[in-house]
Amino acid sequence: MEACDVRQALFLRPWRYPLGAWPWRAAGYLVSGVGAGVLVCAVLLVLLVASLLLVGIPLLLFGGIALGGAERLRLRLVDRRPAADPHRVPAEPGLGAWVRERAGERATWRELAYALLLATVLWVLDALVLAVAAGVPGALLATPVLLAADGHETKILKAVLVTSYPPALAAAALGALLLVALAYPLGLYAAGRAALTRALIAPRERDGLGEVIASRARLVDAFEAERRRIERDLHDGAQHRLVALSMTLGLARLDAPPGGPLAERLARAQEEAGQVLAELRELIHGIHPHVLADYGLGPALADAADRTAVPVDRELDGLPRLPVAVESAAYFTGREALANVDRHSGAARARLTGRHDGRVLVLTVEDDGRGGADPARGSGLTGLADRLAVLDGTLTITSPPGGPTVLRVEIPCRVSSASSSPRTASSSAKG
Amino acid sequence: MPRQLRVVLAEDGVLLREGLIGLLARFGHEVVAAVGDAEALRAAVAVHDPDVVLTDVRMPPGFQDEGLRAAVALRAERPGLPVLVLSQYVQRDYAADLLDSGDGTGVGYLLKDRVGQVEEFVDALDRVAAGGTVVDPEVVRQLLRRRRDPLAALTPREREVLALVAEGHSNGEVARRLVVTEAAVGKHIGNILAKLDLPPAEDTHRRVLAVLAYLQA
Repeated sequence: MEACDVRQALFLRPWRYPLGAWPWRAAGYLVSGVGAGVLVCAVLLVLLVASLLLVGIPLLLFGGIALGGAERLRLRLVDRRPAADPHRVPAEPGLGAWVRERAGERATWRELAYALLLATVLWVLDALVLAVAAGVPGALLATPVLLAADGHETKILKAVLVTSYPPALAAAALGALLLVALAYPLGLYAAGRAALTRALIAPRERDGLGEVIASRARLVDAFEAERRRIERDLHDGAQHRLVALSMTLGLARLDAPPGGPLAERLARAQEEAGQVLAELRELIHGIHPHVLADYGLGPALADAADRTAVPVDRELDGLPRLPVAVESAAYFTGREALANVDRHSGAARARLTGRHDGRVLVLTVEDDGRGGADPARGSGLTGLADRLAVLDGTLTITSPPGGPTVLRVEIPCRVSSASSSPRTASSSAKG
Repeated sequence: MPRQLRVVLAEDGVLLREGLIGLLARFGHEVVAAVGDAEALRAAVAVHDPDVVLTDVRMPPGFQDEGLRAAVALRAERPGLPVLVLSQYVQRDYAADLLDSGDGTGVGYLLKDRVGQVEEFVDALDRVAAGGTVVDPEVVRQLLRRRRDPLAALTPREREVLALVAEGHSNGEVARRLVVTEAAVGKHIGNILAKLDLPPAEDTHRRVLAVLAYLQA
C-alpha cells in the first residue's frame, strides 16, 4: 500500500522512510512554512496598522481566505489526500453576496485564526525544528569541506574546534547518521503540523454531514406529521359524513315501501356508500394504521402479516413500545417487505420476527421463494432505507438466486416511556 | 319486541351523534345522555346507570382509542355493564381487549359502517344489552385469513359455526343461517368446544371462551 501522507509513511514502513521522498517533502513543507509565516507576519503587521483606520479589517478577513487556499495547496506536500475548499458557493452572484456569505461562514474565521497562528507561533516552530533536524546534521556533514576551504581549522557549530581530517570525517559520518535519525522527528512534526492545518482550514466533514442528517430527520418528521394530519382529516371529515349518509339511507329504506323501486335504489345507494367507506378505510390504513398508534409495532406487524396472501409465521412477542419514528419506520419497512414477498418471491411461506434487546430493534422477514431480489429496482425499499438511515438504522437484504431472501432491519433505540401503558401488556403477546 | 333500553351514547361527531339518537328513538330506545368525549362518558354512566353504553373508539382529546379504554375501564368498575363499541376500523386487538374485560358477556364490537344496516345494528345493540357477545364479521374474516392458529383442527363447517357464534347468534339463529337443524348446530358446537379443549361448564360461558380462543389465536 502506497503511503498517502507522511504519517503513514512513518508508521507503515519505518525502515524505508528515510530513503524515500517523504523526509524531503516534510522538510520542504517546513521550509515553505517558514517562508509563508514570515510573509504573513509582515502582511499582518501592515494590516493591523491599517485596521486602526478600519480599512484593514475586511482585508484581514479576505487575506485569511487567500492564505487558506494557498495552505491547502501546500498541504499536498505532506498529505496527498485532497483538502476540499470549506467555503460554500454564494446563493447569488455578485460581490455583495460573496462578502456576506464569507463573513457569515465559520470557515472564514477559522482561516483567519490559522493565519494569526502561522504568523506568530507556527513559523517559528517550523524554523526551530528545521534548524535542529537539518541544520545540525548539515553542519556536521560540512565539516571536511569547511576544513578544506580554511586549510588549518574549523569549528563545528562554532563550538568544537577541528584541526585535522580524521575527526572532521568522523563528524561528517556522525552528521550523516544524525540526518537519518532526525528525519523521523522531522516527519512526525510535519505530520502533526499538517494535521493541525487540516483541522483548521479543511472542511469538517461532520459539520456538513450533521446538517444533512438533521435536515433529513426534519423532513421525515414533517412527513410523519403530515401523514397523521391527512389521516385525521379523512377520519373526522369524509369518513364521518359517509357513515352518517349511510345511516340516513338506512333509515330512508325503512320508510320506503318494501320491494318497490325506491327501496331498491336506496339499497343500491347505501351499498355504494358502503363500498366507498371500505375503500376509504383501506386508504387510511395505508396512510397510518390506527393499530400502530394504539398498540404499537408487534400488533401492527401481526395485522400486516394477516393481510399477506403468503402464510406468515411470526415471532413478535414482547416487543415494547418504541419511539414513534422507530415504530413507524419499522412498520412500513416490514409491510413493504411482506408486500414484496407476495408480489415477487413466489414463496410458499414467510417468517416475520421482531426483537428488542433494550438497545436495538431487530426485525427480519424471510421467505422460501426464488431469491434474486434486487433492492435497487423499484422495490420501494430504497426510500425506506433512507428513512431508516435517519434513525441510524440499517437495512440489509440477502437474496441469492434460488433463495432464500432475508431482509433484516436494525434500529438502535430505547424503549419509549409510553411503554408502561397497560395496552401493550395485554396485546403484544397476541402477535 | 325487545325491551326499551336506556342508552348512554358517546360519539364526538355531531352529525352521527344526532343521527344515532334519532335512529334509536325510532326503535323505541331512549338516549339518556349523549356526550362527546371519554371523560364525559364515564361521568354520564355514573349519573344515569344505563342499560347499555354505545361508544366510538376514537374521541378527543387524543383521538386514539380513548373510547375503548373508557369502555374497558367502565366494565372493570361495573361488571356486567353492557357496552357496544363502534370503530371506523376493526382490529382484533381491540376486540380481544374488549372481550377480556368483565367476563366477556354483554359486549360488542362493530365496524361503524354497520349503523347503516339499521335493523341489524339495533338488533346487535339489543343482543349486547341482553348479555350477548357481538363481534364484527370483519374481525372474524381477518382471523380466517390467518393460516397458523389453534383452530386449524376445525372443519370448515365448524369454523362457519364458530364465526356465527362469535357474532353473537344463538344456536337457532346459526341453524337458520346455515340452513341446518338446530341439533346439527349443537353437535358442531360440541365438537368445537371439545377440539378447543374447553371444560364443560355453563353454556354461555363456554361459548364466550370459544370466541376468545378464536380471537386470540
